[in-house]
Amino acid sequence: MKLFWKLVRVSLRSQMQYPASFLMLTVGHFIGTAINDVFAMWILFDRFRLIKGWTFFEVALIYGIVHMGFALAESLARGFDSFSQMLKQGDFDRLLLRPISPLLQMAAREVQLMRAGRFLQGFFVLLWSGSNLSMTPFSLHAFVIFLSIVGTAALFYGLFVGQAAISFWTLESLEIMNITTYGGVQTGQYPMSIYTKPFRLIFTFLIPLSCVGYYPIATLLRRETFPLWLGTIAPLSGFLFLYGACILWRIGVRRYHSTGN
Amino acid sequence: MKGYLALLTIRMKTLFQYRSAALSGICAQLFWCVVQVMIFQAFYDNSSLALEAMSLKKTITFIWLGQGLLQLLPWTIDKEIELHVKNGNVVYELVRPLHLYGLWFCRSFALRLIPALMRSPPLFIIGGLFFDLSGPASWEGGVAFSLSVVCSLFLSTAITTLMAISLFWTLSGEGIQRLLPHLAVFLSGLTIPLPLFPSWIQPFMLIQPFRGIFDIPCRLYTGIISPSETLYYLSFQITWTVILIALGQVLMSRAQLRFVIQGG
Repeated sequence: MKLFWKLVRVSLRSQMQYPASFLMLTVGHFIGTAINDVFAMWILFDRFRLIKGWTFFEVALIYGIVHMGFALAESLARGFDSFSQMLKQGDFDRLLLRPISPLLQMAAREVQLMRAGRFLQGFFVLLWSGSNLSMTPFSLHAFVIFLSIVGTAALFYGLFVGQAAISFWTLESLEIMNITTYGGVQTGQYPMSIYTKPFRLIFTFLIPLSCVGYYPIATLLRRETFPLWLGTIAPLSGFLFLYGACILWRIGVRRYHSTGN
Repeated sequence: MKGYLALLTIRMKTLFQYRSAALSGICAQLFWCVVQVMIFQAFYDNSSLALEAMSLKKTITFIWLGQGLLQLLPWTIDKEIELHVKNGNVVYELVRPLHLYGLWFCRSFALRLIPALMRSPPLFIIGGLFFDLSGPASWEGGVAFSLSVVCSLFLSTAITTLMAISLFWTLSGEGIQRLLPHLAVFLSGLTIPLPLFPSWIQPFMLIQPFRGIFDIPCRLYTGIISPSETLYYLSFQITWTVILIALGQVLMSRAQLRFVIQGG
């Protein structure tokens, strides 16, 4: 674990070598996600007022959670993003030679701070909606929200790991998997109850997106009739998913044959 | 002119290579459409507030058209141009007996046209057959739509070329390259159809150039703009295209005066 942080620090330091460029990227990311996500959502609520009975600030709560969780996962899991490339070029063999778990090395390969733009954006939205719903920072609400963010991050991290693990089996274009990650954010930022049944089932049982974001908040706001404790522990499914993805990864490593170079 | 055409065909052939990327892109776009349609359906469900602005059916058509025309948006610049500016190879382009602006315009044109050709037809067909993309409001509207799409292709190319020219000033180009796609998606009405925007912001939204890329063709298609007004809106698109091309050429000649070639 100590080693992990060290590698992360190296990656961070290398990005801070060009502070101006870094700042520009972050600000660009912030503004970009802000206009197309929050502002767009605000425009829709300005026009329609409610979606299935939810107000803007209630939806914004889910929005903030999903975006913060996704930003965390995205910046931490950046190393997995180019994994199929690595496999093709045989670079993965190098990792196997080192006496450290390849999963750990992959995880620490690159931590992209630029994604902080989305994280901050989600954080501001969360604060904004939290204060409008008169929530206090040290309360059961805040605790559930915190769990929810961490669970979301774990889920998306699991999706990134799973996406990388699948490239052990196929080197074909895996961009299609982006439907689950980027599409997941897009889907998850609205209350799950607005979608059709097959959609909800997939995003509850296959990819537990609604368990990490929607159900906890819906129980907090009494939109669903589940008992509160169930909503509180629901985000843990994100960790279960991450665990499953890691197992898949291990199986993949075991059956890995180098492409040679 | 022949030189430009030759370059155009070469670039087109290169870009046609990326077919599998197009396929997975189409799947992602289908997913996006389906989700987006569900969101709007939920919004329209218990609210008639938006009906005077736009009906649900028209909104859904906007969503599908948006994904169909997505590749027309000026959100990337030609990778080779970027490379040439960075490593200084752009001087070789200057040696050629062609105008640099014309060269870049051709490259940008291919960059916009080819992905659109690969992705639009399947999306329109799938959307029309299996999902709820409805046909144009009238046949005149359909014709007007097609004309307008051609105009938006040129408009978008002009913007793309301008983006490329901006590389001369910001070497990494990252700031503009990161921000402009987001702006383009938003201002063209792809995120949310422009008719649904709040009324206080409408006057601005209706005169900015990005509107010409997507909003005008869609309004013609759905009949929000009647076909009789086609000429007026086409000239809106053409005017912006001419302005942006002129601006691009001015900036380009400015940049050429202060060329500092790095490396040899």
